[in-house]
Amino acid sequence: MRTIRAAAAGAVVMSLALAVTACGGGSSTDGGGSDDSPKELTYWASNQGASIEIDKKVLQPELDKFEKETGIKVKLEVVPWSDLLNRILTATTSGQGPDVLNIGNTWSASLQATGGLLPWDDANFAKIGGKDRFVESALGSTGTQGQDPAAVPLYSMAYALYYNKQLLADAGISGPPATWDQLVADGKKIQAKGKQVLGAEGANVSENVHHVFTFAKQHGVDFFTADGKPDFTSDGAVSAVKQYVDLMAKDKAIPEGNAEYAQNQSVSDFAKGRTAFLLWQSASANLKSQGMDEDKYGIAPVPVRSGTPGTGAQVNSMVAGINLAVFKNTDNLDGATKFVKFMTSDEEQKILNKAYSSIPPVAAAQADPAFNTPANAVLKDTLAKSAAALPQVADESQFETVVGTAVKELFAEAAAGRAVTTESVKARLEKAQQQMPTK
Amino acid sequence: MTTTVTEQAAVRKDSPGEADGPRRRPGRIRRIGLPYLLLLPALILELLVHLVPMVIGIVMSFKELTQFYIRDWGTAPWAGLDNYAMSVDFNAPVGEALLHSFLVTVAFTLLSVGLCWLIGTAAAISMQDTFRGRGLLRALFLVPYALPVYAAVITWVFMFQHDNGLVNHVLHDQLHLTDKPSFWLIGDNSFYALLTVSVWKGWPFAFLIVMAGLQNIPRELYEAAALDGAGVWQQIRRITLPSLSAVNQVLVLVLFLWTFNDFNTPYVLFGKAAPEAADLVSVHIYQASFVTWNFGAGSAMSVLLLLFLLIVTGVYLAVTSRGRRPADA
Repeated sequence: MRTIRAAAAGAVVMSLALAVTACGGGSSTDGGGSDDSPKELTYWASNQGASIEIDKKVLQPELDKFEKETGIKVKLEVVPWSDLLNRILTATTSGQGPDVLNIGNTWSASLQATGGLLPWDDANFAKIGGKDRFVESALGSTGTQGQDPAAVPLYSMAYALYYNKQLLADAGISGPPATWDQLVADGKKIQAKGKQVLGAEGANVSENVHHVFTFAKQHGVDFFTADGKPDFTSDGAVSAVKQYVDLMAKDKAIPEGNAEYAQNQSVSDFAKGRTAFLLWQSASANLKSQGMDEDKYGIAPVPVRSGTPGTGAQVNSMVAGINLAVFKNTDNLDGATKFVKFMTSDEEQKILNKAYSSIPPVAAAQADPAFNTPANAVLKDTLAKSAAALPQVADESQFETVVGTAVKELFAEAAAGRAVTTESVKARLEKAQQQMPTK
Repeated sequence: MTTTVTEQAAVRKDSPGEADGPRRRPGRIRRIGLPYLLLLPALILELLVHLVPMVIGIVMSFKELTQFYIRDWGTAPWAGLDNYAMSVDFNAPVGEALLHSFLVTVAFTLLSVGLCWLIGTAAAISMQDTFRGRGLLRALFLVPYALPVYAAVITWVFMFQHDNGLVNHVLHDQLHLTDKPSFWLIGDNSFYALLTVSVWKGWPFAFLIVMAGLQNIPRELYEAAALDGAGVWQQIRRITLPSLSAVNQVLVLVLFLWTFNDFNTPYVLFGKAAPEAADLVSVHIYQASFVTWNFGAGSAMSVLLLLFLLIVTGVYLAVTSRGRRPADA
């Protein structure tokens, strides 16, 4: 009797397991988009303001406006950056997700490779007014070159050097530095007055990657070869990473404590007048919410090694920004397209980018005088002349993780007082490269 | 969910009564079949919640499940044993990192479980005699266990901060034990930070279980021992600990499994990229799958971990039960 029972129980287990496994194998992700629920949309917004509450306050009136125009109700969820990519991956895997979502523009190619996002071919672009409404640099960060973009640009941002006017004046410095050498030299004067020089998020993997990318450009190299293979250990890349980490290890411009920063503590330090410089994208709204008035700080282009910002080795920022994507499994394809059209319309672009102190990627909206203030002019100028897109390859997301982590570990070593040498940097980057997928 | 319903129907055909098929004794079939029928809902839920994800995980570990296939992972090509080969190739970076992470986890788990057990048992024994405020102390000791993990650990993150954390304030500014403020959340010290939080969070559970175990030791044993002239230490060694051995067997096993698999503590403490010194295997696997988008390799590592824990559990139970079996039987 016992054997029969065991066999029966085994049969139950096996049949159930097999059936459910087979079901898990993607039956729910078969379909493309449909128009099954035309009156509702779910929108995942990224956290652009100082807090999620602020984002809701900015976006909700616009969503109400959209509902009034089209009768489509948009359910808003603001997803924190720490969760956004995981949420998107989970949604892609399960097929259950939002209709429209924000993505970091550097993820475009990686997410494009999953096939989870609606490709923006000419027909789709035509529905939102055509591709040429958007500026070129922003379109460069929407997916692998030669393929239909996986998303459309929504907000554009660039890195700039934020400086505390009072601290510079106290140290007898007449203006913001244009080169790294100058920044380090100015730093000595600032330190003599008992203040810290430059804030950084040493334990924030993405921030690290953004900075070493720019340094690599200034050293004339890329982290990927032309055909998309990782190339992290070239002499240029090693010197670039070393130069960034040396800002803490050798030049002592970045305080050691910043090695463990990952929650925007460097922005608070700057807002509280502890550090004189900060490299950040679109920090104005954030600084304001932390109580720093706009006349207390200036915005200058990120330093270069020598000369002035431009193309090639004079690049001084990544093309930062947010793209708007439509989830391929949406059950309201028509509504989702309308929503993208609404969000990228000239008027909404002006409202939203003003609220987030970013630059509109829509050419016509850029003409608004609000984007010609001295502060915004620096960002606009950088985007137009001296910003480069992060590698648009499918492995970009992995690159951010492994190289960003390598830089984090190097900062930890520098903070612990260990020497950061060309060899130690190269060893870290070698390890990072070996962790990249091999295909 | 539709599959569940159809499955239920399918399952009934396989139920033992019909599989057995002896039409001569219908009463007996009913008698045997009924318990299974009653168990069926629980069994199906158990399968759905526990076994099916495990099976799917095992299937995934044999697939090349990267970002290119996650949208429809049924189409991901079979990878055979490639994911496993990559995970255990200790000369290559991926395997080397996994081995390092595994060793860190073993060291961390042994220390954490040992300390949790020691502190918990010591506290439980010292709380054994009634005194004023005992109830209050017992409640106080259980607080770390009762707090939500995230809230508790994030508080530790603030305390461990380099520039204005409480730990450095006490160790450096007040006691002058260190030459300069230490880093706790990055670098080598992160191991001790993690161990501290883990023990702080884990010992109340040991305390609770041992305390419950102590209630079952007859007082007469202690009285008899005292009459025979046994001191406190002898009483603990000869009466308390042997009487607790059954409780301890389970307690240590459970603590071991929980600590070894703990994800929340290191994740909240260090974020996605844990420092090398505190790179616990659970976070390591998370990073290998979610952050580098290679779910096949992550699943293979998880399966290896599962096998390891199964072996440890089996050996542990075999060894610890050996001495007791004759007495139990």
